[in-house]
Amino acid sequence: MRSFDYVRAGDTAQAVREAGSEETRFIAGGTNLLDLMKLEVMAPGKLVDITRLDLGGIEETADGGLRIGALVTNSDLAADARVRRGWPVLSRALLAGASGQLRNKATTGGNLLQRTRCYYFYDRGEPCNKREPGSGCAAKDGVNRILAILGTSEHCIATHPSDMAVAMRALDARVEIEGAEGRREVALGEFYRLPGDTPQIETVLKPDDLITAVLLPAPAGGRQIYRKVRDRSSYAFALVSVAAVIEVEDGVISKAQLAFGGLGPMPWRDADVEAALVGAAPSAALFDRAADILLAEAKGYGGNDFKIPLTRRTLAAVLTQATEASA
Amino acid sequence: MTLETIRHLKHDTPDHDRRLDGMAQGVLGTDMDRPEGPLKVSGRATYAAETAPEGMAHGYLVRAATIGRITGSNAEAVQAMPGVLHVLEDERMIRNAAQGMAGKSPVQKQGQAWYVGQPVACVVAESFEQARHAAQAMMVTIEPDGTHAFDAESREAQVETPEKKQLVQGDFDGAMSGAAFSIDNDYRTSSMSSAAMEPHASIAQWDEDGAVTLRGSYQLLRFNKNELADVLGVAPEKVRILSPYVGGGFGSKLGLAPEAVAAALSAQVLGRPVRVVLHRRQVFETVTRRSETKQRIRLACDAQGKLTAIGHENLVSQLPEEVFSEPVAQGTHFQYAAPNRLVGHHIARIRRPAAGSVRAPGEAVGVTAFEIAVDELAKAAGIDPLEFRLRNVPEKHPENGKPFSSSTMEATLREGAKRFGWEHTAPRQRREGEWWIGTGMAGCVRVNMMIEAHARVVLTGQGVRVECDMTDIGTGSYAILTQVAAEMLGFAPSQVETVLGDTDLPPASGSGGSFGAASTSTAVYLACMELRERLAAKIGVKETELTLKDGHAIHDNRQTKLSELLGEEEWRALGHLEPGKAGQDVRQATWGAVFAEVAVSDVTGETRVRRMEGTFACGRILNLKTARSQCHGGMIWGLGLALTEALEHDPRDGHMVNRDLAEYHLPVNLDVPQLGVHFLEERDDWANPLQAKGIGELAICGSGSAVINAIENACGVRVRQLPATLDRVMEGLAAHD
Repeated sequence: MRSFDYVRAGDTAQAVREAGSEETRFIAGGTNLLDLMKLEVMAPGKLVDITRLDLGGIEETADGGLRIGALVTNSDLAADARVRRGWPVLSRALLAGASGQLRNKATTGGNLLQRTRCYYFYDRGEPCNKREPGSGCAAKDGVNRILAILGTSEHCIATHPSDMAVAMRALDARVEIEGAEGRREVALGEFYRLPGDTPQIETVLKPDDLITAVLLPAPAGGRQIYRKVRDRSSYAFALVSVAAVIEVEDGVISKAQLAFGGLGPMPWRDADVEAALVGAAPSAALFDRAADILLAEAKGYGGNDFKIPLTRRTLAAVLTQATEASA
Repeated sequence: MTLETIRHLKHDTPDHDRRLDGMAQGVLGTDMDRPEGPLKVSGRATYAAETAPEGMAHGYLVRAATIGRITGSNAEAVQAMPGVLHVLEDERMIRNAAQGMAGKSPVQKQGQAWYVGQPVACVVAESFEQARHAAQAMMVTIEPDGTHAFDAESREAQVETPEKKQLVQGDFDGAMSGAAFSIDNDYRTSSMSSAAMEPHASIAQWDEDGAVTLRGSYQLLRFNKNELADVLGVAPEKVRILSPYVGGGFGSKLGLAPEAVAAALSAQVLGRPVRVVLHRRQVFETVTRRSETKQRIRLACDAQGKLTAIGHENLVSQLPEEVFSEPVAQGTHFQYAAPNRLVGHHIARIRRPAAGSVRAPGEAVGVTAFEIAVDELAKAAGIDPLEFRLRNVPEKHPENGKPFSSSTMEATLREGAKRFGWEHTAPRQRREGEWWIGTGMAGCVRVNMMIEAHARVVLTGQGVRVECDMTDIGTGSYAILTQVAAEMLGFAPSQVETVLGDTDLPPASGSGGSFGAASTSTAVYLACMELRERLAAKIGVKETELTLKDGHAIHDNRQTKLSELLGEEEWRALGHLEPGKAGQDVRQATWGAVFAEVAVSDVTGETRVRRMEGTFACGRILNLKTARSQCHGGMIWGLGLALTEALEHDPRDGHMVNRDLAEYHLPVNLDVPQLGVHFLEERDDWANPLQAKGIGELAICGSGSAVINAIENACGVRVRQLPATLDRVMEGLAAHD
């Protein structure tokens, strides 16, 4: 770990003021950043501690949605009765992630910003364009079983590891950001960036932008499912995960909101998949067509080729479960 | 009076006296709690890194990022960094941990980076953080020294076929071609890590007389002492190693590891104590791993399911200059009878981090693959896999005709089946929602070993002290040695103090190969027998007429307090066990049977183990709780071997890619179902005078195959490459769709 300056921000304005350079990072739970700093994969010159800011709490909004403070822990968010009632897919996704200890510490804002779990990103002995732009991507021809099949570029095939963000993406969440020019909101769908030739840039945040909250619209209703497929029953990142909000009316799918984890550099959502489902009667053929659309551009890198059939199978199972007539 | 007498046993013949059965204290074999348990759960047991001698500096190892000849470094620049005291680039640094029981230096640096991840320097600084940062800034220049192979199965790999490790008996090919049923398959197991909870750590401190004390985390102290002395070029008397508590070993702490050498060399240069703790990522790379294996197994049987041919040809990997190679077929030599036999052993010299002993070297992977193959042959022959095994129980060692010291294979199979409620149908018969349900079983077998051990027992009127350099690696040494002494000398366990983990004490067996409990307990037993005879002589009775209980000597309907008999005296005895012909004239082994029920998702190929039942016969049980814990652990290792654990090596340079506990997937609590463990208590007189045998490794030798066989029974998918991760199962499921 390199030496760094440490500032404890007293209020949001001060936090934003103290930031502003690429060298600065906000720190809250630190569940990912501290590990990366010890390995010197990240070496910020300055940390702005935001844990004393008034960014906790979950409030109901005028439109029937929720405003989740950036410092709400994953545990508290998952256990919130309103979340469990109105946005159960989010609660389930949270509980599918990490471990109890980590969820007690990890925050909502920080979870959105966790870095990839690509082996080569963590290894300073290996080239990685995300860690060291221009050095190359060791993962493409290396061990890539856990890496992305959608949205990749020749420069990076990393996945985004969050479960929470996948559910939020399916729920049309928005991110509230405080920056030098004041407050703004960005839809989660526009929050992340594809790697292209700048995989080190992962979001639209500027250095002095601070996530202050995540906004959920009013409950989406429908059946909500979070299915996470992984290498062991707990404490493993998703090979594939599906967050689904599905409603069936009169034998026809009336609502389909689907987001996927483990497939791409961001929680993945494909409007064409949802468009193909809405208005159609559930059937195996329909679900297969949805998978065709989702995976049309999918590209495996050898070790992760299996994610393509695995996604197809998992999506079909989730859609079947979501559209089955209630017993 | 401190007269110390010695009782020596060269174990050449079976001991039919079974003296333990005549003891009266009633503590042996119970589920007594570990005496050191409260210290451990309250954080007061001091593990290797948990002391801080005055003036201690901190070292951090620097790893080679490529392979080749070391030609230079930026040591001068690193030396100038804040807090840095010394940059150690000594040629005596070791390349990787020593192999178990080496007793001499492992391969040293020799100016080479042999594999990616090798420690090539150690940076010592005032604080741990300074040392770590400076070590990460250190660059070692490495000139490539040609091309190397990184995969045992690659064409470039140099393969050795040591003559002594090949075997042909009978007409193997003829038996295969003329068989009623046969199978011929390749099975693969993955490179694996011990992943003990406590990372390796050492604190070294030299005194004015040129003697070094090392606080470390090791399994075999009397060997480790000689290893460190050899590395440093000092006499063994100048080395003391302290390992009172060891947070898990599983083979990874059998041999001296790089952090100990770096600490000792740095401390010598600086003239102050130095602590070196391996980062978890360094534990993976520098401590020996279990080799991946490719196992071609060919089996043939007649129409009645009697095995006629057994072929087991293995390919393992190892770094150049290491003498160990995974003894895959160790159990194959005697587990099943068949007249025609073929064993092949091949070692590919490749540049992956060094391989070595990991819990149950040999049988863990060998029996596991073999028991999958047996399941396949039983299926081919249309015979229930339990029944198939029962038809092939060997009466004597099938290769050399020696008798078994005890044969419990059939009994464990039958008892295990009863406890599990064995019912077996054709595959793909039971379904719950998307989940296929199936059952599988396997036999377990592990050679039983014993090695030389000494232990001192000190008797006073108030209690007993046991002293030796034995280690407790979480297995329960403190408990069982306390129990043996308490039982033999008639004291409550609370009146017995057991002091371990110090090479200044008599050299015990150490912990490894499941030989620790039996070997060192025997040394304690011998010392206790010596004391019992001295007591009997003093009283004037025969030892066999003497009952010791609750601090009293009881004989001829009379009861005398030991405190009255001994007064202020302290009686000392040294027990010395030496293995003898009893280990050679018969085949000693432990046996077991494991049954499993699994659910396999027809969608994803995920496997969930629903229950596992293990029945084991491993001699006299000294402590029911620690014995059961060993079997729980072994069965969970079996789960990991079968389903989750694999070290991934980069195809381009062999480095370990997933070298942390997030990505090297040990089973977590949720992966582990209800585990049943049952012991068939036996008295194997060939084993030793206690009739105690190894337990720790048995349960991993085959239990994974019960899971793999159950997967096949559930969903019809036969996985021959372990672990059976969901993608491997899914591929088979897709073929059924």
